[in-house]
Amino acid sequence: MTVPVTGRGWRATIDGATTSLALTTDWTTHEIGIETGLEDRLLGRVGIGTIRFDTSHLGRWDSSLLVFLSRLRQASDERNIHFDDTGLPAAARRLLALLPNKASPVAVLIARDGLLVRVGLVVIAEVTELVAVVSMVGQVVLRTGATLCGRSRMRSTDLIACMRDAGITALPIVTVVNVLVGGILAFVGAIQLRRFGADIYIANLVGVAVIREMAALMTAIVMSGRTGAAYAAEIATMQGTEEIDALRAIGIPVHDYLVMPRVCALTTMMPLLYLYGSAAGILGGFAVAVAMLNLSPETFIAQTRGAVAGSEVLFGLTKSIAFGALIAIAACRIGMKAGRSSADVGHAATRAAVTGIVGVIVLDAVFAVCANALGF
Amino acid sequence: MNEDRTPPKLRVQELAVGYGERPVQRDVSFEVKAGSIFAIMGGSGCGKSTLLKALIGLLPPSKGIVCFGTENYWAADEARRAEIGRRFGVLFQGGALWSAMTAAENVALPLQMFTRLDARSIDALVQLKLSLVGLDRGRASMPSDLSGGMRKRVGLARALSLEPEILFLDEPSAGLDPISSKGVDDLILELRDGLGVTVLMVSHELPSLLAICDDGIFLDAEAGTPIAHGAPRFLLENCEHPTVHAFMTRERPVVAGQAKDDDNGSR
Repeated sequence: MTVPVTGRGWRATIDGATTSLALTTDWTTHEIGIETGLEDRLLGRVGIGTIRFDTSHLGRWDSSLLVFLSRLRQASDERNIHFDDTGLPAAARRLLALLPNKASPVAVLIARDGLLVRVGLVVIAEVTELVAVVSMVGQVVLRTGATLCGRSRMRSTDLIACMRDAGITALPIVTVVNVLVGGILAFVGAIQLRRFGADIYIANLVGVAVIREMAALMTAIVMSGRTGAAYAAEIATMQGTEEIDALRAIGIPVHDYLVMPRVCALTTMMPLLYLYGSAAGILGGFAVAVAMLNLSPETFIAQTRGAVAGSEVLFGLTKSIAFGALIAIAACRIGMKAGRSSADVGHAATRAAVTGIVGVIVLDAVFAVCANALGF
Repeated sequence: MNEDRTPPKLRVQELAVGYGERPVQRDVSFEVKAGSIFAIMGGSGCGKSTLLKALIGLLPPSKGIVCFGTENYWAADEARRAEIGRRFGVLFQGGALWSAMTAAENVALPLQMFTRLDARSIDALVQLKLSLVGLDRGRASMPSDLSGGMRKRVGLARALSLEPEILFLDEPSAGLDPISSKGVDDLILELRDGLGVTVLMVSHELPSLLAICDDGIFLDAEAGTPIAHGAPRFLLENCEHPTVHAFMTRERPVVAGQAKDDDNGSR
């Protein structure tokens, strides 16, 4: 008894216990696509003992045929049907031989942890991170001492390169941001002060705001987005390419080699950038006040000198040093603990920028509260 | 193989490659027959990988012709070059896997980009390719969690994803242990015989070269040009050129099989 069953690219002839499968036309991904679910149609009948092939009319073939055959073979094995591959092209037989006979086990879904477990894991991770950060800050302090005594293994070339990167090359963006902020302050102040005929105090407002707050804060935010993110990305890339492993293996202290030059560079450059940024901010305020609000240059300068005390410059300088250290340490830490893929580098850069900016603002608030409490 | 009748799969004529003003190799001419395994041989730093870059479209040559079938590759416009490029499969030296994706995703990406197959079909194909290269487990692993040999296998599976006509392999078995290296060699042979792909491999691994290559050229760093043509085994026995001779015999006294063992032992 012969019952033919046909489908696209094949014709099965069932003869007693033997199913003969004739493959016709081209079996390519392009022509046939990937056939799934044919196994049941072909082998579902009761009483099949053998499946054999006739490929005399088979055209070109590729992975599409291999997927079909390997599934059919697996299904045959499961049903104890003899898979007679002698009729297949020799090349297909060779490739089939490379494939596993059994379907690879479906990946077991990992059970999700309960809420409590997840909260616990997060807390443990955060505490561990806190300890790591504290130990890193401690190391920075200790190594700074060693550096000052000339006992550090930091290379001067690295330090100079980092200083140039965080210093001179940052000047353009620091200038633009601070000049504009100074100008904006002058505008905003003018609208309010003009109501009381107190235009002249624009100089005081700009001077105090820029020197006490804005120059340090804006410069730190710019440097966090610029240099902090760059540090994190660079160290994360080194992590991915096993450069840090290589340093460790040779015995070069990673801390001295990678972290110290960056922290030192940023903490020394930030105060200088702050001073420069202050000058730029006042210049911005000066330009707006003189050009648009009709204040005379002499008055502006005299008012500013009267309003800004030396202690306020010192306050700004202290803050900028703290900001520099915060940005550099956070960026290095984030880079060091980054994963090894390209996406991890991106995450590290983003996290460094965000952490730096938020951290700087929070630290600034702390400074403000402390200064207020001290009546400063 | 009926090599003599079929036109060459790849023809290179008087090619010169280099970076900027610095020429690395010049007057490179050879033909790769369909279904053969062709070797670009030579010591480290002789320009093998640079030549490969000019063949796969990453570095425009300063002179010469590269023909795939009858089509002049570098004379075609960019869109056409990309189209021709889809007929290549390339395995880079370190695997060059996309590190942010799992092994399976690495193999699936070309299929997702260039075919209209549905997700289930792509999944079936990915599983097939990974099984072909002997990776049944570790499909969901990230490249950073895979060993060097496994990365190469995933890279090979990715190179095979679009049913290439030509496989370009850059140092396929370098840096692998002797058994894995032999495994990769066998795999290349199986793929050539099974899928009928033409293989062009860059290598300085003598055991691999002698074991699987049908034809090849030998590049020399000092001369800046190929100094010998022929199958590695033929060059081993017949080439008089001192550089080629030294390269072919340094690690091995006479017989290839025996030398292979020596080589494996020393690594």
